[in-house]
This record gives sequence, structure tokens and C-alpha cells, in this order.
Amino acid sequence: MSGWSTHKGRAVALPIDNIDTDQLIPARFMSAPRSDGYGQYLLHDLRDTLPDMSGASILIAGRNFGCGSSREAAIYALVDFGIRAVLAPGFGDIFAANAVNNGLLPARCSPDALRRLAGHMPGNLAIDLKGRKIELGETSLSFDLDPVWQQKLIEGWDDIDLTGQHSRSIDAFGEAYMRKTPWAIPAPEAHQ
Amino acid sequence: MNRPLTLFDKVWNRHEILQGADGASLLWVDRHLVHEGSHHAFRKLDERGLTVAEPSLTFGVVDHYAPTRSRDRITDPDIRRMISTLTDNTQRHGIRCFGLNDPAQGIVHVVGPEQGLTLPGLLINCGDSHTSTHGAFGAIAFGIGATEVAHVLATQTVWQTRPKGMRIRIEGALGPGVGAKDIALGWIADLGSDGARGHAIEYAGPVVEALSMEGRMTLCNLSIEGGARCGMIAADAVTLNYLKGRPFAPRDAGWDEAAETWLDLASDKDAKFDREVVLDAAAIAPVVTWGTSPEDAVPITGRVPTPGNESENAGIRDAIDYMGLTPGRPLAGTPVDQVFIGSCTNARIEDLRAAAAVLSGRHAKVPGIVSPGSALVKAQAEQEGLDRIFIEAGLDWVASGCSMCVGMNGDTVAPGKRCASTTNRNFKGRQGKGARTHLMSPAMVAAAAVHGALADVRPLLEGRDWA
Ligand code: SF4
Repeated sequence: MSGWSTHKGRAVALPIDNIDTDQLIPARFMSAPRSDGYGQYLLHDLRDTLPDMSGASILIAGRNFGCGSSREAAIYALVDFGIRAVLAPGFGDIFAANAVNNGLLPARCSPDALRRLAGHMPGNLAIDLKGRKIELGETSLSFDLDPVWQQKLIEGWDDIDLTGQHSRSIDAFGEAYMRKTPWAIPAPEAHQ
Repeated sequence: MNRPLTLFDKVWNRHEILQGADGASLLWVDRHLVHEGSHHAFRKLDERGLTVAEPSLTFGVVDHYAPTRSRDRITDPDIRRMISTLTDNTQRHGIRCFGLNDPAQGIVHVVGPEQGLTLPGLLINCGDSHTSTHGAFGAIAFGIGATEVAHVLATQTVWQTRPKGMRIRIEGALGPGVGAKDIALGWIADLGSDGARGHAIEYAGPVVEALSMEGRMTLCNLSIEGGARCGMIAADAVTLNYLKGRPFAPRDAGWDEAAETWLDLASDKDAKFDREVVLDAAAIAPVVTWGTSPEDAVPITGRVPTPGNESENAGIRDAIDYMGLTPGRPLAGTPVDQVFIGSCTNARIEDLRAAAAVLSGRHAKVPGIVSPGSALVKAQAEQEGLDRIFIEAGLDWVASGCSMCVGMNGDTVAPGKRCASTTNRNFKGRQGKGARTHLMSPAMVAAAAVHGALADVRPLLEGRDWA
């Protein structure tokens, strides 16, 4: 995954609350291999009722975006469609973590700011990840993002590589932990 | 004296390997559960040539795509492939898998506790949001996405930022016909489906203490529908009774040592929570949902809301439209086309008993499926004769899996059809494209079956035993 710090793109507003991951990608598509491209499944069953999203790379969404199922396939659908950032008042916790792991920005903005932005959509926005700012023409507004996630997105860090640097601490911890907490190891399977 | 700690703090601290400069913690994972949906994660592992760090701490379960009928000849090639991919991946990496024909197969969040894999004080991850269920035992248990699943497989650790603490105390006592599902949908309706976002919930108080493990699991299961990172309940005698003698639980001297530690993990008396919510059990009635989010829940005596004109109400109007309801009409009496009793929320033995208590000697006016949470739950229900009650009422008694909770195995609700369901999500299309889902407790689903319509279960319980 490559990092990024600025993005300019076309934004569309989907001012609907509680767009869950079942809607972002219906369950019946989840057995497909990623190599098929998941963009075709994005919001599949809602498309007819939504504004045209073609060419969009930024979504302005409602409250609690990405709630529900932990399916990372919802992120694959957004990313493969070309979405780089979602701006919303709040996100499902697991969704937001999944997003960051795939280079997708979950930016938290105040509902007021979003309402104002949505009034200008569809249109072009510029995102400054380092400054946590969104620019629309002359006006600029700030967004919230966990600093850990901000850095991960900018650097394009991959957790597995990152954790690899700590492998000695993990080994030492695991050994001490299992010695101290023998009951945490599953007992040899007994048959009921 | 040391600072008083919460149950969550105590369990978290035992698992913290290190804290990064940015504040995120690297945590040790005691149990990792995988299912068919984990195929993306295994592929990530393969692409990087990595192996599973601790195969003996990882367990596989076939559930999401498990056919509930005709298991020996699966005709859908996609379903066959999803199941064999999990079996292959677990075999290749030396992971114990509860496959389709295992006598202990079932839904991952039913199997973990039932097998004694879920224990107090553990940190448990699974690539499934309802992993919060396992918190009922006093474990920290939360769902993760595929990238994190790959990370846990490769390192047996997970990065997390410590969530805030929230305690929900439930005072008083529940009335007849009211259970854990009603408590859960009730608080989610009050606080919203993002009401507990960023928080780890501890459920406490006399009502929680009086709940069975099944009820506690239902309560913790639905934590995620209120946006919480996880839900937890301190281990007590009820917990120990449930776990003792389970196949993977500690035995002999190991059990005694474990039990002592587990009881010590309870929140200290003066422990501080970032948020406290207190509910009065006496005020809780059997609940149903009318809309397309679990927060759209009202007592069965209530009505479909009447949206005003402001744009804020667009969501309510849209949900009422999708559900094919009329604003302002009473919910009771709304005809349903079918019922479903199942899922990791409400398919344990006690759930089946509650539904059977209502259905015994009665007939369902509409068709429906009863899918027990595991093959062991199924066997126990059959031993108790519950299967006869369901079958004689006219419902289908089928094998265990996620089934109509998510429809991946082909058990779906047809477009426009209305289903009274014991599951956890009434999202648009969750049970099938265009399906209309009303969430409620197993007893309430049984009442809907008897009436062929949404109905208050309480009159049907008169003169009957209510656990
Ligand atoms: S029963 Fe439903 S909610 Fe539970 S694990 Fe299966 S699909 Fe998920």
C-alpha cells in the first residue's frame, strides 16, 4: 500500500445515515476473489436510488457510515471503485480501522460543515491529510482523525511489517505470558 | 492503594505487550477464530509467504455458508468452494477446524463458548463484528477486518487504541416475556446505533447478574449494534458453572487457579467509567424494530413513527417506505410472511426453550425456519423434545449455521416479504435483496408465528412457565 498526503478529486454527497457495510457490499458478492475488482459491487442494491457517483473519489456521507458487519469487502468495494476518502460525522469503529488498512481516509467532520459542503456537491475538493484540512475553493475546514491512523495513511505503513520490528518483544511476552497464565492455553481437547 | 480498575482495564493490561509512541497498544491475542469469510486474510498471508504464528490458538468454524439442508450434496459451486477453501486453509496451517460434519459444528460465537475456548480474562478476535458475544464471559472480544485477521494469524497480536469505558447498569427485575434481546434493543433505541462508539461496555447490576450465560451472550452480542467496540460482563458463579467440564476449558488444578484469577478480574468497587447509563428493567417491554437500523426499536405496544417534514426525517420516511409500513399505525397486528429463529444472537438452548414455551400445542400461521446455534444445541433440543414442538407447529427444523441471518448459504427472505426474526440486523437487504426484517426476541418471534402478525407475546404466556 502506498502512502499519500494530498488528494484532489470529485466529491458526491450521500447524506444518508447508517449506511452499513451490508449496503456497501451485499453479502452475496463476498465470495468473489478480489482480483475480479469489487468496485462493481459498491452499493449495488441502492445504486438506482443514489446520485450518480461516476468519477467520484470522495464521498460525503451521513452519520455512522460503515456500521455493522466487519467485512473488509466493503472497503474493497469503495477502493476498487476509486474512492480515496469518506467524510462523515462518524464511522463504525471496525470500518474505520479497515479503511486505514487499505489507504482509504475516514475523515470525521462536524455535521454542520458536512451540510455546507454537501450544498456544493457534486464538485471538486482538495484534501490535505497532513494538515487535516479539506478545501473547497477559498474555504477550508478541518477534520478529525486518530493521529495513529493519520501517520499510517501518510506513510502507507503496513502493520505486519511494522509489528515485525517488535518480534523479540512479542516472543518474550508470549513466553512469559504462557508461563504465568497456563489456563489461557486451550486444554487438550476433551470429548464431552 | 493502586488506582481502582475496571474489568476491561484489568484484562487489557494483562495483554499489553507494548505501547507505540502514538498511543496505540500491541496486544497479545489468546484466541483467534476464523470462518469461511477469512479467505482474504489467508490469501494475504500466502502472498507474503507467511505462516500462522500460533496455530494452536486459532480455531476454524464453518458457519456463514453452511447449508442448513442437504449437506451431503451441495449444488452451489460458490458455497462448496467457500467451505472447502476454509477447510484447506486451516488444514494447511495446522488449525483445528469445526467442519460441516463435525458433531460440534455451529455458529462461531456459539461454538467458542460451548467448547470452552472462550474463557474469562482472555483477549479474543475474529473477523466478525459479533465477536463481542464472547465478552459475556469477562473476555475482551472484538471483531476485526481481513487485514487485521492476517496480522493476528501472522503475529498472534493486534494493534488497538484503548477505547473509553462505559457501564450500563440494569436495575430492578425483568417482567415475564421480557429478556436480554429487549434490554439490548431498548438501550440501542435510546442511545442510537452509534451511541456507544469508541467505548467498551460493561453490563452490570442485578438484572445482568440474574441472567443466564445465554442471556448474557445475547446482550454482549448486540453491543456492536450500538456501536461499541466490545461488551463485557464480569465472571461469576454462573460463568464458572457454564464453563466447567467444557472440552477445551482448564481442568483439575488448572481450573482452580483459573477460577480464582477470573473472579478477581471484576471491576473494583470505585472504578471510574467515562460514561454510566442506568436502566430500569421494570420499564422494559417486549421490543420490535420497525425500520432498517437496530436503533429503530419500540415496544410492541408502540406505533410506526410519524415523520415530520424536516429533511432530518428523510431517513425515517425512507425506512418506513422500504419496510412497507404506514406512519402512525400500531405495530401489533402487522402481518408477517415468515419467521426465523436462529443466529449467534438467539439460537442457544435457552432461546429455543423460550420460543417452544410459546409454540407448544399451537400452530404457526406462517412458514418459518428454526436453525439451532450449533449441532450440540440441536442435539440437546431434540433430547428435550423441542424439535417436536417446532415441527408440530409447522416450522422447519434445520441444521446449524448463520442461515437466514445473512443469507450467504441461500436461506433468504424474498423481495418485499416480511420476516419476524431473532437475528441482529434489520439492514436493507440483510436477509436477502428487498427483504423486510423485524428484529425481536425468540418468544416474540414465536408469538408472531402463532398470530401470523407482529404480536405481544405476554398474553400467550399466561398459565405457562416462563424461564
Ligand atoms: S449468525 Fe449472523 S451475525 Fe452471527 S456470525 Fe453468523 S452472520 Fe454474523
